[in-house]
Amino acid sequence: MTAPLLSLDNVTRTYMSRKGLFGTPVGVQAVAGVSLEVRAGETLGIVGESGSGKSTMGRMALGLEAPDTGRVALGGALMPALGTADWRALRKRAQMVFQDPLGALDRRVPVARQIAEPLEIHGIGSPTEREDRVRQALELTGLSEDHGRRFPHELSGGQRQRVVIARALITDPELLVCDEPVSALDVSIQAQVVNLLIDLQAERGLGMIFISHDLRVVRQISQRVAVMYLGHIVEEGTAEEVLRDPQHPYTQALVSAAPTPGAQRRQRVILTGEPPNPAARPTGCAFHPRCPVAQDRCRWETPALSQIGPGRSAACHLITDTPSAGMAAE
Amino acid sequence: MAGPLIKIEGLRVAFDGAPAVRGVDFAIHRGEALGIVGESGSGKSVTWLAALRLLPEKAVVEGRVSLDDENLLEVPVERMEHLRGGRVAMIFQDPASALNPVLTIRRQLGEALALHRGLSGRSIDAEAKRLLDLVGIPDAAGRLKSYPHEMSGGQNQRVMIAMALAGNPDLLIADEPTTALDVTIQAQILDLLQLVRRETNMALVLISHDLGVVAENCDRVAVMYAGRVIEEAPARDLFDAPRHPYACGLIDALPTLDAPRRLVAIPGVVPDPRRMPQGCAFSPRCAHAAPACLGGVPELRRLEPGRRIACARAGELDLQPAAVVPPVEIARPEVTA
Ligand SMILES: Nc1ncnc2c1ncn2[C@@H]1O[C@H](COP(=O)(O)OP(=O)(O)OP(=O)(O)O)[C@@H](O)[C@H]1O
Ligand SMILES: Nc1ncnc2c1ncn2[C@@H]1O[C@H](COP(=O)(O)OP(=O)(O)OP(=O)(O)O)[C@@H](O)[C@H]1O
Ligand SMILES: [Mg+2]
Ligand SMILES: [Mg+2]
Repeated sequence: MTAPLLSLDNVTRTYMSRKGLFGTPVGVQAVAGVSLEVRAGETLGIVGESGSGKSTMGRMALGLEAPDTGRVALGGALMPALGTADWRALRKRAQMVFQDPLGALDRRVPVARQIAEPLEIHGIGSPTEREDRVRQALELTGLSEDHGRRFPHELSGGQRQRVVIARALITDPELLVCDEPVSALDVSIQAQVVNLLIDLQAERGLGMIFISHDLRVVRQISQRVAVMYLGHIVEEGTAEEVLRDPQHPYTQALVSAAPTPGAQRRQRVILTGEPPNPAARPTGCAFHPRCPVAQDRCRWETPALSQIGPGRSAACHLITDTPSAGMAAE
Repeated sequence: MAGPLIKIEGLRVAFDGAPAVRGVDFAIHRGEALGIVGESGSGKSVTWLAALRLLPEKAVVEGRVSLDDENLLEVPVERMEHLRGGRVAMIFQDPASALNPVLTIRRQLGEALALHRGLSGRSIDAEAKRLLDLVGIPDAAGRLKSYPHEMSGGQNQRVMIAMALAGNPDLLIADEPTTALDVTIQAQILDLLQLVRRETNMALVLISHDLGVVAENCDRVAVMYAGRVIEEAPARDLFDAPRHPYACGLIDALPTLDAPRRLVAIPGVVPDPRRMPQGCAFSPRCAHAAPACLGGVPELRRLEPGRRIACARAGELDLQPAAVVPPVEIARPEVTA
């Protein structure tokens, strides 16, 4: 088998933030040991709790942020250190579509110039070639040249998001990390962008990480899906299996809560209890305080992510039912 | 029944001579939830930003926005500032644009609480913490000292919801309030908004691209296209049997949780606001366009009780969902708006 395009090996990331009267720094463990692989031409969908570390994981996958421990490799080579010449060269091979388009764009610069920026940074093409590529990128993402001349605040939310996608695609990257790329788009343009990403992938063998709260879109675009909860992957498998037949109680709640237009409304698993706090991780299984089927041992023993079928894994005592000793909470 | 809480009449907005909103009417009663869906760029946000006078100077706004007896477009600036965040609150689409990056969450929430609820000192802290708890931010007390960049996208979104609820509004305009939240938290937040609605009789305008969210949380839904409302109906009716071809196209474009299929996007692009097509703005992309569609911009007409449609052929079409039908070509001259 060929080497994966991207691999994350047990990466962790803790943010220190100063809190309290005397400013004692508190650690917020955003990513608590995640391993995953993405092959060329494959899309891995990431779903999960808000604040579970999806964006942090995505930034580490692109080398925008270094993990505290663990390894990130792109095309078989270790991620070069942040800010080095090697690292800059790699930046054009891997691009990110950010969650918050206004935050990702410069308010003072017309968007067409921002789309061209990666070409300038990496010295790609002559000025006229750059102009051509910008025109193509605008067209590809359904924007007009008039849109290109505007400033970010003069565009609608969906138009801004397409600018960000156009900019990410302009260097012809091998890996694309999309962080909530379509949630600001109306469903018809969503369909266009999803079709566009699928086509680009088929054409160029693009590897993708697709982070989204919209399970329908994730189902549409991903071959595999990983579910995150408080910095851990709690379930992984093919998109088909994970979303049709979720095994982990959190995934079950997630799938049952997906809103549906039209009359039929499925029975919802309603979660109760405090949403999780990465600064005070519960003991045992991090999901146990909200889990409708938690048992005593879930409070004390952290379940490991273990294989539960071909290409399918989950981290839940009730599924694997094999005690995993020595993994008590930090 | 008492009159509507807020009534928008003939609202028009233009930027540099390009119209973004072309005559929109809404009436919303106390306690009611109106959903607004539609094309990206169709004027959903601009309609409400104009109503709250939050657009830049260069925007030309016409029409009337009555909150009870006051015309919001004409009240003095100080009065407007008092109403905004007080009786009327808005949750913005972009958390980054609404939160100040250099102020802590406590400062930002505190300002709203001081201004609209007259709180000070300790009671601000207590109320700010209560609000963050309410929207499900873990470790609320600790989080008050955080800056926006120290929070995840979804956490910032919930801070904005807390800020909007701080002034106990009569009308809450929520522009994509839950897009950055996972569906379990999204469900909790929407349940919270429903609870506040029931308890305080707050009216809610929910702008969202998530048709499922709108279907489950709104009584009525308006669909916008190119600056106008093209269909308005009870939520259930709209999603079960859309009557306007654009509304039908939107519902067809929805992906499902079942096997992936090529998604059906509506062919073509939104018209350039400076060069609108003759007649119905959707006609160049419409599978049912006919010569009748070029005879002027169709009015939003009442077709059945509670249902309004702006389509020249509304009475005669029998729309079958989920079919890929190319638009019909009709000879048309270019017209400038
Ligand atoms: N710069 C930072 N400083 C301190 N804490 C941070 C920082 N960035 C992220 N965090 C914390 O790390 C955790 C994970 O954040 P992250 O943005 O990765 O979550 P996410 O899964 O992308 O959530 P969402 O779905 O809401 O976007 C959150 O609790 C967040 O508050
Ligand atoms: N400050 C501005 N200057 C110029 N044009 C603007 C400005 N603000 C908005 N527009 C334009 O007005 C139109 C309507 O924008 P609006 O933000 O209301 O769209 P929307 O329906 O909310 O779309 P989305 O679903 O993408 O958020 C768009 O074409 C947009 O480009
Ligand atoms: Mg995120
Ligand atoms: Mg908008």
